[in-house]
Amino acid sequence: MLLRHPPFALLIGILTVLAGLPLLGLPNTALNFLFFVLVIALAGQGWNLAGGYGGQFSFGHAAFFGVGAYTTAILQVRYGVNAWLGFGAGIALGSFVGFVIGSLSFRAGLRGSYFALVTLAFAEVLRILANAAPITGGAAGILIKLDVAPANFQFASRAVFFWIALALVGAVLILNRMIEQRRFGAYLVAIRENEAAARALGVNVLAVKLQAISLSAAITAAAGALYAQYFLYLDAAIAFGPWISVEALLAAIIGGAGTVLGPLLGAGLLHGLGEITKLAAGRVPGIDLVVYGIVLILVVAFAPRGVIGLFTKGDKGGEPTSHG
Amino acid sequence: MYSPAIIFEAVLNGLMTGAVYALIALGLTLVYGVLHIINFAHGALLTAAMFAVFALHVAFRVDPYVSILIVTPLFFALGYGLQRFVIGPASHGDDQNILLVTLGLSILIENGLLAIFRSDTRTIDVPYGFNVVEVGPLLLSQPKLIGLAGSVAVAILLWLFMVRTDTGKAIRAVAKERLGATLMGIDVAHIYAITFGLGCACLAVAAALLMPSFYVNPRVGNAFVLVAFTIVVLGGMGSIAGALIGGLFIGMVESVSGLLLGESLGQIGIFLIFILVLLLRPTGLFGAKA
Amino acid sequence: MTNKTPILSGDADRRTILKGALAGAAIIASPAVLRAQTPTVKVGILQPVTGALAQDGGFGRLGAEIALKEINDAGGIKSLSGAKLEMVFADARSNPEAATQEVEKLNGEGVAAIVGGFASPICLAASQAASRYDLPYIVDVGVSDQIVNRGLKNTFRLGPGFGTVTTAAVTNLVKLNEAAGKPAKTVVLVHEDGLFGSGLAKLMATELPKHGFEVLETIAHPTPSRDMSNVALRIRALNPDLVIPSSYYGEFVLLARTMQQQRIRPKGIYAVLNGAASNFRFVKEFPDAAENVMDCNHWHDPRKAKSAAVMKAAADAGSVWAYNIPLNYSCVKLLADAVEKAASRDRAKIIEALTNSTFEDHIMPYGPTKFVNGQNTGAGPVNTQVQGGDIKVIFPESFANAKPVFPVRA
Repeated sequence: MLLRHPPFALLIGILTVLAGLPLLGLPNTALNFLFFVLVIALAGQGWNLAGGYGGQFSFGHAAFFGVGAYTTAILQVRYGVNAWLGFGAGIALGSFVGFVIGSLSFRAGLRGSYFALVTLAFAEVLRILANAAPITGGAAGILIKLDVAPANFQFASRAVFFWIALALVGAVLILNRMIEQRRFGAYLVAIRENEAAARALGVNVLAVKLQAISLSAAITAAAGALYAQYFLYLDAAIAFGPWISVEALLAAIIGGAGTVLGPLLGAGLLHGLGEITKLAAGRVPGIDLVVYGIVLILVVAFAPRGVIGLFTKGDKGGEPTSHG
Repeated sequence: MYSPAIIFEAVLNGLMTGAVYALIALGLTLVYGVLHIINFAHGALLTAAMFAVFALHVAFRVDPYVSILIVTPLFFALGYGLQRFVIGPASHGDDQNILLVTLGLSILIENGLLAIFRSDTRTIDVPYGFNVVEVGPLLLSQPKLIGLAGSVAVAILLWLFMVRTDTGKAIRAVAKERLGATLMGIDVAHIYAITFGLGCACLAVAAALLMPSFYVNPRVGNAFVLVAFTIVVLGGMGSIAGALIGGLFIGMVESVSGLLLGESLGQIGIFLIFILVLLLRPTGLFGAKA
Repeated sequence: MTNKTPILSGDADRRTILKGALAGAAIIASPAVLRAQTPTVKVGILQPVTGALAQDGGFGRLGAEIALKEINDAGGIKSLSGAKLEMVFADARSNPEAATQEVEKLNGEGVAAIVGGFASPICLAASQAASRYDLPYIVDVGVSDQIVNRGLKNTFRLGPGFGTVTTAAVTNLVKLNEAAGKPAKTVVLVHEDGLFGSGLAKLMATELPKHGFEVLETIAHPTPSRDMSNVALRIRALNPDLVIPSSYYGEFVLLARTMQQQRIRPKGIYAVLNGAASNFRFVKEFPDAAENVMDCNHWHDPRKAKSAAVMKAAADAGSVWAYNIPLNYSCVKLLADAVEKAASRDRAKIIEALTNSTFEDHIMPYGPTKFVNGQNTGAGPVNTQVQGGDIKVIFPESFANAKPVFPVRA
């Protein structure tokens, strides 16, 4: 179907429309909102590659987000490395951490909930270490010096940040679509659906999973690095806290796990919903989040295959299935 | 370095705290073992139970230990209803959807409690809150000793329930072989709801045992969830004995590594054990072979 | 009230939800048009009232509301022909991203300034976002010294920063100890492992030995902690003269209770920036554990006449008293004074007025305000002590309303 497996022309079209948004004279409130949606979408896209396509359900993508963010920040603040190089290094190191965690877990044969829990534990270990280690600034956190200049990856205009985030999300959209069409994508889905059968058919399961988690981690690390450059401040709870692991998987699953557009759609939907409930809530704190929780449950009840699934009823081809 | 007496006392402290962890993990492991889901709302439900105990005490001067008789059936019913009418239908039996529904529930419960009780950290004052039992040079907190005894008692009761009663046998049958159980005429949806209810009932008892020596605020349950996951994994997902022994063990490890490494880094000890167990023996120390 | 939400109405179909979300950006972009044109001065109050910091956010909001009501009841801003101050409240949701988004919204609503933030990460992110619009930002608590060290022209902090508090904590402790005949020599530091506690412990550990104290041990603990018995155990084994805890509310309550239970009675408990030691709920619920606990913290000046009125207003609102209330009250009053002097809603003029402020009508123990690089140089903490179920100021003498009880007799 069109939305489940969008043609490149559609992807380019969507990206072009989105790229045009700042030109409509949107206020910074909207741009700031959209930027953050894109960061979450990017983190979700990373999660989606391993979790949605490959069925490797991670609760610990905060590990990659945090490594990307801290690497970018530390290289600039402590070693005076150029921000753009730091950005690249953050992605590379995030990917490496993904590879290491993947190697340990996949070699031990961890799947389903077990894989989920071990990734959660890795993220927590990193959080505790980041909170204590001097190089991360410990509990005081790390502040990237405010020095607005394109060479520093800091921009006066919110629109530029928006475009950079959009470029990254767009690149992953296209990469994702290409993977779907290549053998690698087919292997991933095969592993998700039935790992033993995939192995019997000659798929090098470990290698495919490791490639997937490394790429997945790289994408989520990019989201972390982008966060660092935008907010210019990190502490252990921000970088490695469970919130981002949850945001990443929530965006992907609500949008439609294992689909190209799922994470972007999911991130927009969840954060749009968050803003709307905020507007609708009264004086009593918490009411807006109660509504948010209820709507989240309703969305799952009525769109069990993600929002994309609503538009592709009957198309069982790439449907994510349970894996316990 | 610390004297053996202090280490011994730290071990005892760990056992007492660990027992309550075990009780919280018991609910989690039961739900996992039968429904094969990771219940994200577990922490929020614990918070809700603690507020229930708190409210009964403040409004009607009900002693927290007496409130077990009220809160436990209440939470069993709540759990039953949640699984039967919310989680089950909304998730369509799909794992990732169950995860999202329980996540939605936890957001809803936590913020509902925030709206009702406000954000203050509250405690209840019971006359025996500061009582100690003197054993030689050791001063053991009476509420914590009661917590230890209560947790062990609940674990034994639960185990007896599982092996002796028909419902318990049905639960185990569903846990082992869902399809086979259905063919035997077991109402799986009912059994799922019973199991979830039992998990919540465990939380209610844990809440009552915690309140005399702990505090409550709308986020307090989160502090216990990760450690409960660790215990569930360590003990083997679905194992009652595993949860109890795992809880006591983790309590001890936390206590002693906290003493030696400091409370903050001591937390790493727990997660390292968690990771090592998962990597080396993912079925846990007491779990059945996967 | 929630029934008004379109997405909750009975016929909420999926498309409504989807459309609603996609339209979200457009809706949040234009709330300003919904408001009628009134001659008010809009003030953004930013506090975390949901999430981990909800308790503090609630106190901060209350303090701000008391000040706004008082100013408006007294006739608003005179130089703007009695314009009333209008609160535009924003929930920072206990995280910097939400705070940044709220700053954007507040800016869109046309606020003249923002007050609040509470936690340092929130203040750092929010003041920076506000600086894009030259929007004045008054930090209420956020003690991290990084907040005022970035050269942001829009950011002001009425209260003391970290360095000031710790220096004062050490100096005051030394003076208290000397005045009592130097009863305390050995110290155990207990601190939460976040920004607050860790930095403090580090400074204490280097400073205290210079003044003849011996730091026996520094014990870090996470927030939240499930159990403080081991910390108590170590304190008992080390048997220090003085315990210096720096923790949030829940953990300190656990520690104080356990210490009482374990019959650990040091010569003094000298808390620094502690969440509980100057919180009336703790004093009320655990009078025995709380008695004689000292704290070096933000606190109102008990001898100012206004203090009693603000305390009464807080009590009338059903709240216990906490330092966030007078701080936020004073920050809003500071802002109102600046708007009065600027005689304008113009942000640049308000920033200028703040920069040159000599505001005195606050209820903090500070004296006239004087900002250098955004930091009020006259700001400092005071020492309080729980005495007879009340919280008294014991040091410095110029603000004290009680004598210190130190060392504590067992």
